[in-house]
Amino acid sequence: MSPASTGLPRWLLAPALLGAALVLLPLVGMALRVRWSEFWELITSESSLAALRLSLQTSLTTTALCVILGVPMALLLARTRFPGLSVLRAMVLIPLVLPPVVGGIALLYTFGRQGLLGSSFELLGIQIAFSTTAVVLAQTFVALPFLVISLEGALRTAGTRYEVAAASLGARPTRVLLRITLPLVLPALCSGTVLSFARALGEFGATITFAGSLQGTTRTLPLEIYLQRESDPEAAVALSFVLMVVAIVVIALARRRPTA
Amino acid sequence: MIRSLPRRLAATSGALLLALTATSCGGATGTGDSAGDAGGSAEESTLIVFAAASLQEPFEQLGEEFESTHEGVSVEFNFGGSSGLVTQIQEGAPADVFASANEANMTKLVDADLHGAEPVDFATNTLMIAVPAGNPAGVSGLSSLTEEGIDLVMCAPEVPCGAATETVEERAGLEFTPVSEEQSVTDVLNKVTTGEADAGLVYVTDVLMAGDDVEGIEFPESDSAVNTYPIATVAGSEQAELGQEFIDLVTGEDGQAVLAEHGFQP
Repeated sequence: MSPASTGLPRWLLAPALLGAALVLLPLVGMALRVRWSEFWELITSESSLAALRLSLQTSLTTTALCVILGVPMALLLARTRFPGLSVLRAMVLIPLVLPPVVGGIALLYTFGRQGLLGSSFELLGIQIAFSTTAVVLAQTFVALPFLVISLEGALRTAGTRYEVAAASLGARPTRVLLRITLPLVLPALCSGTVLSFARALGEFGATITFAGSLQGTTRTLPLEIYLQRESDPEAAVALSFVLMVVAIVVIALARRRPTA
Repeated sequence: MIRSLPRRLAATSGALLLALTATSCGGATGTGDSAGDAGGSAEESTLIVFAAASLQEPFEQLGEEFESTHEGVSVEFNFGGSSGLVTQIQEGAPADVFASANEANMTKLVDADLHGAEPVDFATNTLMIAVPAGNPAGVSGLSSLTEEGIDLVMCAPEVPCGAATETVEERAGLEFTPVSEEQSVTDVLNKVTTGEADAGLVYVTDVLMAGDDVEGIEFPESDSAVNTYPIATVAGSEQAELGQEFIDLVTGEDGQAVLAEHGFQP
C-alpha cells in the first residue's frame, strides 16, 4: 500500500517512520539485552513471582473497581446536564495528566495516617498505608479516568435515540441501561477496561510514594524492576521484557473490536 | 471522514511547519547576537559532577565555592542513587567526577576501567533511627524497633543503606519486620517526615537534613556499618585537571568542614 494510493502525500512517510522507530527501537534494544539462557530462572525467582502475583491480583481488583465506579461516572457525565458539569468532567480526568508521583503525594495526604481521612480510618483500626489496599487505591486513582474517558466518548457518539424509543415503549430505566445503552457501547467498555488494567499494571509513581515497597504486600512488578535494577540489572531486563509482552497482548486485545 | 484526513493533516503539519520556522528564525537572530560570545566561551568550562544523593547539600555549597575561586568555571551536579549514576557513566553519560555513597559502586566504576585517578575516600556516614517529631510511638533504641505495633521502614537490602541496615541487624542479633523496604534512603526519610512510619533507619546526615520534622536516635551498633564515600575523576574527562582540583577541595580542610557541618564524619 503506497501512500499515493491512500491519497496521502508521500513526504508523510519519513516522519511517520521516524516516529515508529522512536517507539519501537527502544523495545528492540531492550529485547536484545535479555539473557535468554537465564531468562526463565530470572523471572521465576521467589521475588519475581511474588511481584508478578501481586501485580496481577491488584490490577484485576483495580479493573473491577474501575468498572464498578467508572461506568456510572461515564453515564452521568455523558447523559446528564447540570451546572458545573464540564468543570467536573475536566477534574475527573486530572489523574490522566498528573504525574503519578503527584498522585501518590495527594493520596498520602488523604488516606495516610496524618491525612484528611486517614486519621478517621486509624480510629476504626484500618491502616491503609503500606497495605495492598494502598496499592489498589493508587492504581484505581490513575486507571479510572481511562475507563471513564473511553466510555463517555462512546456514549456521546452513540446518542440516545434507541433509549428514547425503548423508554417510550415502556421500558424502565434500568432495563434500558442494561439492554440498550450498555450493549451499544460494549466495544468501548471493553477497550476502556483493558486500558485501565494496563495502566494499573504499569503503575509505579503513585504506588512507591503512597504504598511503600514490601515483597508480597506492596512491591508490584514495576517496583520490583526498579529495585532489581540496583543489584541485578539482568533480572530487571528480564522482568521488563515480561511486562512488555503483557503490554503487547493488552493492546492486541484492546484493539480487537467485536463486530457491532 | 477519510477524505478529510489529508486536508486536516496538511493543515496541522502546515501549522507545525510555521511554528518551526518561527522558532528557527528566532533562533537565528539569537545566534547572530551570540556569535561574539561563542568565541569567549572557549575559556569557559563546565565541570560535571555525578554525586550520591546524600551529598547534595554539602556539594552544592562546595560547588559554589569552587565557582567563586575558578573564574569561568561552572559546576553542574547530577545527584542520584550511586548505582544509577554508575550505570549512567557506563552508558556514556558525560561526567568528570564521580562521588559514590559506598565503595561497592566505586568498585563498579573501577572494574569497568572508567576511573581517572585512583579513588580517594573522603567521608563516612553511619545509620541512625529517625522518628517523626515528638516520637509518637515512643521508640527508644534499636531493640524497640522490633516491638509489635511499631511501623518500621527501612531500605531494601539491594541498595547501600539497606545493606548497612542488614549488617546492623545482624550485629544486634535482631530481626526487623519492616512494613516497607524502600528503594532509597530519601524514600525512607519521607515516610518518617510525613508520619506514615513510626521509625526509619536512615543516615545521620539525613536526620540533620530533615531538620525539625524528625528526631534522631543514636545506637551503638551503628559502628558496625560505616559507609565510606569515595570520589574519583572519570576516565576520558575533558576537565581532568579541574576535576582533580574539585576533589582536592572536597578532601581538603574547607571541604571536610562543610561535610562535617552536614553530619558526615571524616
